[in-house]
Amino acid sequence: MIRVTLPAHLRTLAHVNGEVKLDVAEPVTQRAVLDALEATYPMLSGTIRDQATKERRAFIRFFACQEDLSNESPDAPLPEAVVNGVEPLMIVGAMAGGSR
Amino acid sequence: MSSVRVLVGTRKGAFVLTSDGTRKQWDVSGPHFGGWEIYHLKGSPADPNRLYASQSSGWFGQVIQRSNDAGRTWETVGNKFSYEGGVGTHLWYDGTQRPWEFARVWHLEPSLTDPDTVYAGIQDAALFRSTDGGQAWQELTGLRQHTSAPAWQPGAGGMCLHTILLDPKHPGRIFVAISAAGTFRSDDGGTSWQPINRGLRSEQIPDPTAEVGHCVHRIAMHRSRPDVLFMQKHWDVMRSDDAGESWREISGNLPTDFGFPIDVHAHEPETIYVVPIKSDSEHYVPDGKLRVYRSRTGGHEWEALTRGLPQQNCYVNVLRDAMAVDALDPCGVYFGTTGGQVYVSGDAGDSWSAIVRDLPSVVSVEVQTLS
Repeated sequence: MIRVTLPAHLRTLAHVNGEVKLDVAEPVTQRAVLDALEATYPMLSGTIRDQATKERRAFIRFFACQEDLSNESPDAPLPEAVVNGVEPLMIVGAMAGGSR
Repeated sequence: MSSVRVLVGTRKGAFVLTSDGTRKQWDVSGPHFGGWEIYHLKGSPADPNRLYASQSSGWFGQVIQRSNDAGRTWETVGNKFSYEGGVGTHLWYDGTQRPWEFARVWHLEPSLTDPDTVYAGIQDAALFRSTDGGQAWQELTGLRQHTSAPAWQPGAGGMCLHTILLDPKHPGRIFVAISAAGTFRSDDGGTSWQPINRGLRSEQIPDPTAEVGHCVHRIAMHRSRPDVLFMQKHWDVMRSDDAGESWREISGNLPTDFGFPIDVHAHEPETIYVVPIKSDSEHYVPDGKLRVYRSRTGGHEWEALTRGLPQQNCYVNVLRDAMAVDALDPCGVYFGTTGGQVYVSGDAGDSWSAIVRDLPSVVSVEVQTLS
């Protein structure tokens, strides 16, 4: 099982507490995990990736194993520790104060 | 006994304010969707328990929420707003052409007759419609594909379609307003559109009387007389008596004719309300005084309404969607400020009181009159 952590606003939107666990067929990539996440929680579609382009939204980050994977190819394999469920893929709202 | 439900969208969530018909004691519910920007929420005229809300965030984008029980519970519905066909381009700040790009939903306008049909005005400017309660959205492409569209340009808040008026007497007639393109009308349910900006004069554009390019802030109508439209433009308060074919200025004795909201009394089609703002570069009320101005003559002659409103050291703004009227008698008038106050007048504007004073900055106010 792939473990995914979500920012608080998206946990509220998806009506979940704590981590989300997903079955994802190999190869386990960002794209595959996000496809599985949106299939399980359709209300998250468009909140992490743009609806049309499927590109990461500007103020979303992907962290795992103390690494920032945000700018990695969405089709690159995720770290083995994420694939094995040892570490979560962390979906994070970027540290950005905003103007309001 | 009648009651009212006031739907308030703020920069950090939605609030629902309810009262009986006296409009003296209020229950406050919220924040709903705390931390999210709620540009607009509105109830269906055909089913007052059906509410729609536009929820957005700089981090997480656009979400649409729907309630079937008057806001007690909510469910997410569709948030896919895909421009149909060729995306095309519009004028950008630097004079270049730029492709349309979805940013957010500014305004949700439920059908007058069908709770499952709702229109969405979005940024970059386009009109969408859902006929299944907000699950799927289809663009009404005739507007964005109008031949003038490459000349549309964003206002300071973005190129937003912020006003949608559904004509209750002429089925298929829709009015929309776009900043900064102007006002448009469809007579065939949104298939085709024509600009209706004749008579507008905007000194801030190269041709002050151009067909498009005007920064219309808000338009309003009385449902008994939908051919009469009132407009708060960037500068100038305007009126049309022929469904937008021509406009004339009615700013009259207003202290300044810059502002955002405009609305019409529920029972007196010639009584209108605006909130003058100092200028386009100073978005707050003039002289530190929060004054609603009312005309009982359809414009030109305005009176300041001040009783119960702060008359010193006040520097708030009232945004375009942040004023509404109820259908009780006497008519109730409501508005919200960027300072987080929501004011009510239960006597058509003669006197005011704050329902709440410390909400996040208010973006929109709508009211439902319930029997």
